[in-house]
Amino acid sequence: MVTLNDYLLVSGLLFTIGLAGVVLRRSIIVIFMCLEIMLNAANLSLVAFTRFRTVDGVPDYNAQMLVFLIITVAAAEVAVGLAIIVALFRARRTVHVEDINTMKN
Amino acid sequence: MPVFLFYLFSAVTLGFALLVVLQRNPVTSAMSLVVSFAGLAALFISLDAYFIGILQILIYAGAVMVLFLFIIMLFDIRAEERRRFNRTAVVGGAILVLAFTLVMAGVLSAHRDGRRMLQSVPLDPAAALQARAAAGVKLDSIDRDLANGEVPDVKLMGETLFTRYNFHLQVMGVLLLCATAGVIILSRREDRQAADRTPPGR
Repeated sequence: MVTLNDYLLVSGLLFTIGLAGVVLRRSIIVIFMCLEIMLNAANLSLVAFTRFRTVDGVPDYNAQMLVFLIITVAAAEVAVGLAIIVALFRARRTVHVEDINTMKN
Repeated sequence: MPVFLFYLFSAVTLGFALLVVLQRNPVTSAMSLVVSFAGLAALFISLDAYFIGILQILIYAGAVMVLFLFIIMLFDIRAEERRRFNRTAVVGGAILVLAFTLVMAGVLSAHRDGRRMLQSVPLDPAAALQARAAAGVKLDSIDRDLANGEVPDVKLMGETLFTRYNFHLQVMGVLLLCATAGVIILSRREDRQAADRTPPGR
């Protein structure tokens, strides 16, 4: 039988995978994909909570609205982030985060 | 939903998310991300969130991934060449992941409320209909569906969006407009030749 904890476990593992990707990978595009994975892991736990905490017999649509807003903001964030990556690639000809160290020293 | 479908789609979501992290080729990573998000959409639908599930496929598997693939192929980004392994990042990442997993296991094992099963919180259209009548909310289309014993997910979502969260919806519209303007300004190539032709002092 599927319990709320099962969904939360999947959500947490998904978040952990995204976190590991952000820390380990060095291509800025893959780091960006891992950020998306983390956002979606948060969405999964939100949707699981809406379904397991019903209001008057239907899922809590206030929280699903939050998920809707997160998806919208994430889409806008992807567009802006990829534009920044495009500008970065034009200026530096690289997408490796280790090559971008102007402010390091 | 049959239990094995939950495990199947969880495995698809987590497995392909792991592939995103482990693959060296960015195109493979992007394609794995599509499959992972499709599995996630199936999990959303298993939670009776049909609208969110469809939105997930439309926006992530459709729009966002096309953007990613477009950027990867536009710049012809090759697979990461084997560089010296950054030991600090690997050790730090392993510690971070381990700590996070341990905290999560601790929290979930103490979370008694989370042992509830999906069957123990059934959707109840009749109760929803009564609550709507008591609150004085009336919308024929939704009420008819509820009286027929269905939960009209998309209609209820739309009702919430356009009544209680109407202002937030408009703020979202402004945010998307700002993002569009920002992307255009960021990705505009500066026209150097035109600048050179303009005499100084003007």
